[in-house]
Amino acid sequence: MRLLNRTAGRLSRHRRGPLAGLVVLLLGLLLTGGLYTALSPAQAETQASETEQVAEGKKLFLASCAFCHGKNGEGIATVREGYQVGPSLVGVGAAAVHFQVDTGRMPMANSAQQAPKKPVVFNDEEIAALAAYVASLGPGPAIPDEQDYSIEGLSEEEREEAIARGGQIFLTNCTACHNFNGAGGALPRGGYAPSLDGVEPVHIYEAMLTGPQQMPNFSNGNLGPEEKRDVIAYLESLKAAPEYGGFALGGLGPVSEGLFAWIVGIGGLVVAAVWIASHTTRSTRSKADAS
Amino acid sequence: MSTDARLDTSKVARTNGSTPATASKPNRAGSLANWADERLGLGTAMKKNLRKVFPDHWSFMLGEIALWSFVVLLLTGVFLTLWYNPSMGHITYEGSYDQLRGVGMSEAMASTLHLSFDVRGGLLMRQMHHWAAMIFIASMLVHLLRVYFTGAHRKPRELNWVIGCLLLLLGTLEGFTGYSLPDDLLSGTGIRAADGFLKATPVAGSYMSFFLFGGEFPGESVIPRLYIVHVLLIPGLLLGLIAAHMMLLVYHKHTQWPGPGRTEQNVVGFPMLPVYAAKAGGFFFIVFGVVAIMGGLLTINPVWKFGPYDPTKVTAGSQPDWYMGWPDGLLRIMPGWESVIFGYTISWNVMVPILIVPPLMLVILMLLPFIEGWITGDKREHHLLQRPRNAPTRTAVMVALMTFYGLAWAAGGNDIIAIKLESDINNITYFMRVAIFLGPLLAFWITRRWCISLQRHDNETLLHGYETGIIMRDPQGGYSERHAPIDGRRAYTLTARDRDHVLTAGEDTDEAGVAKPNSRTERVRAKLSAWAFGHNVQKPTAAELEAAHHHESHEAELQSGLDHPAEGRAMDDHQLRTVDEAPLRER
Ligand code: HEC
Ligand code: HEC
Ligand code: HEM
Repeated sequence: MRLLNRTAGRLSRHRRGPLAGLVVLLLGLLLTGGLYTALSPAQAETQASETEQVAEGKKLFLASCAFCHGKNGEGIATVREGYQVGPSLVGVGAAAVHFQVDTGRMPMANSAQQAPKKPVVFNDEEIAALAAYVASLGPGPAIPDEQDYSIEGLSEEEREEAIARGGQIFLTNCTACHNFNGAGGALPRGGYAPSLDGVEPVHIYEAMLTGPQQMPNFSNGNLGPEEKRDVIAYLESLKAAPEYGGFALGGLGPVSEGLFAWIVGIGGLVVAAVWIASHTTRSTRSKADAS
Repeated sequence: MSTDARLDTSKVARTNGSTPATASKPNRAGSLANWADERLGLGTAMKKNLRKVFPDHWSFMLGEIALWSFVVLLLTGVFLTLWYNPSMGHITYEGSYDQLRGVGMSEAMASTLHLSFDVRGGLLMRQMHHWAAMIFIASMLVHLLRVYFTGAHRKPRELNWVIGCLLLLLGTLEGFTGYSLPDDLLSGTGIRAADGFLKATPVAGSYMSFFLFGGEFPGESVIPRLYIVHVLLIPGLLLGLIAAHMMLLVYHKHTQWPGPGRTEQNVVGFPMLPVYAAKAGGFFFIVFGVVAIMGGLLTINPVWKFGPYDPTKVTAGSQPDWYMGWPDGLLRIMPGWESVIFGYTISWNVMVPILIVPPLMLVILMLLPFIEGWITGDKREHHLLQRPRNAPTRTAVMVALMTFYGLAWAAGGNDIIAIKLESDINNITYFMRVAIFLGPLLAFWITRRWCISLQRHDNETLLHGYETGIIMRDPQGGYSERHAPIDGRRAYTLTARDRDHVLTAGEDTDEAGVAKPNSRTERVRAKLSAWAFGHNVQKPTAAELEAAHHHESHEAELQSGLDHPAEGRAMDDHQLRTVDEAPLRER
């Protein structure tokens, strides 16, 4: 199955290449074949494990996802405006499924403006099966590999460059929604860009690759795989670095700073003023007692 | 010279009894002080001022927070100037902050990073400077509230009130210019917003913008210019105005709460030296300490995370410092109205929230004492403070203004509120558009009713005593709570206020039937006066008090049959100061 995913991943990476059309056609045929095998009782030996995974995925899909996304992942049309039952999953790719299910967003509990993160429902194998099934519906980005987003292999100097470059890419492309600290921000109509604190590198990569919800899709044409890697390296470096200035106050910027200035600063000083004003009397009283 | 037999003169003069006494050699400090006194005459001037009496109440120290945080600003600011480089020249950062090494930025930004990471204590100083700035302006606001709520802005202190308003304005501008200096993403976003505000001024806008930036935004000169404004121009003005503010304070003498022994003619309190100076000096160290702790423990303005300013970048949570938050909030909730007149676009969406309302609010703030003085027609001097409840309309006006400010301020953080409360930013905006008008009205009404009820309660306490919490059962089986009379000082304090006079307009015409020149404004004034003071509860008259006490002693007689007296004294109010605790009076 990994193989299939990887093929699809490469494909999307080179989608704009001259041979892309041909490859897509070939892959489409391959997938139709795969799907056919998955559905038909007769099984070829070599494809056994993959088709089994897809079949397993389909079973899970029918049980947990189909009532919103349709029996074949074709999506269910909007019932009324602003209300989405479930979009089509054809061509969203394994990366989208892995991102949505592994962060607990899917299966969505009830239709809302935005699917919130929840405790993950499926184990790794089940997620892989679901991803394989959805990937089999149409070509899309594959789940990225560790080496896609890790800077382990680079020299010290290259790493530093990667981090600095990633910081600039992050500030250019992401902070408008996610805030300079990755602390998150509000979007119109109740939407929000979530905090990036504690999000795993693979999910960051997938988020960029698949553009969930109101987040734009940073396809590899927009933001190359290395640039994605650098963004992740930057975010990881922020996590590893100490908070140089002390408590970060939620990393929300001037609003939380203002609150602290009032509550801790003015609040504390007013308490001090009350304390000082109430203490003179005692000194004079003792003087009065002494005389 | 005292001839007290017990006086020991051996410290100041030697004598063997047969030769005249000679003054002992003064010590060094003494001779220096003497030298200076003979030339500067400080001693005589100081003697008076050092014995100057200051009354004591915690709320009188709020202004001191502002003063001391300004001192902290001066100290830390001077430290920053030693390393900060106000230049927009472009360089590549090569300092020790990894994440930005090799990134191009202005020298201003690079020097701020240098201050933060490579100068010993630099980050502490930066953070202390910024926290002190936030506290400086916040303390001016709470000080202003104290002054207004207690009526200390009345004659003869109106001009000091105006100076205070100017200090608030200058402090805000000083903060804004300082915020712009590091040239990071947030300060650049702020400058760009300021550029937009300038350009929204009809006709002159673009010229003003070109003048400030020395050409097209952002240009190369705005940071050096703001720097001079920040470290020289405004601090100079602030220092001058603060000096004037303090001199007027000394000249007028401090106001005081009414109480036994306190009149419009005296000040009861502690002398400047040693008591008040010790307290004030101690308070400086507390302010310094709080700022230092905040600077040491709480991140403020982490410019290294924002990165250098670049017009193509923006971040969520781009807010100004808190004191600019309320115009920002007005801007956020203002509908996008624009109109085109003679080919000029009038951007109401920017002009109203930024160029019209804030200056208007400032003017209203400055005029408050004068408006009040005109409505009351009161030309007397006031040195005794009023409790907020005894000026219900005034108190309610300020609460309404605070509500307006607070709502606008909250609107400035609408995005943060939306994520923290998981609500819809659009709904918050719609809510605020209505609340900004209704909220202040509601606040006014509630506050005024509240104050009047409190006044009524005071009268009740005066006439019938306070509630002892002791429930009595009469022979018929009915229950009632026993009230005990309050003590004399408390009663004095409660009644130490003037009755309000509702002005009435005179005849419109004089005897000859000719219309009087000012009758129209007088009628307006009478209406306002009736609206402002007509509902207030006045303190009981002497006759009413007399009658009530008569009734009370009668009741006490009835109760004397109890085998153990109903003890209510234990619950007396001990918060009120007694006169003997305040040893000095100044005429
Ligand atoms: C309650 C209805 C509901 C259920 C159940 C549900 N989904 Fe979704 N799904 C949605 C909606 C609505 C969206 C689009 C909004 C969003 O992404 O938050 C969505 C989006 C997705 C996407 C992203 C599509 C894209 O364009 O990137 C994937 C992948 C997905 N769902 C997979 C699944 C899987 C797998 C399951 C079952 C485990 C599942 N969903 C169950 C409603 C549902
Ligand atoms: C237009 C606004 C927008 C921009 C720009 C944007 N995002 Fe997002 N991002 C979102 C939203 C909205 C979500 C939430 C999607 C959801 O919950 O389905 C999100 C989700 C994510 C998540 C998932 C977080 C989690 O809690 O699982 C990651 C990671 C992420 N974004 C990274 C990035 C990176 C990296 C960039 C820049 C390359 C970026 N985003 C740019 C709006 C944005
Ligand atoms: C009322 C007084 C003042 C206020 C409200 C104020 C406010 C500020 C603010 C908010 C900043 C941004 C700091 C940051 O986060 O980096 C700043 C920076 C700065 N201030 Fe002030 N300031 C005041 C007085 C002064 C004085 C008196 C001086 C020097 C004589 C000074 C020198 C500086 C310098 C050099 C910077 C830039 C350094 C840097 O950003 O790291 N300030 N000021």
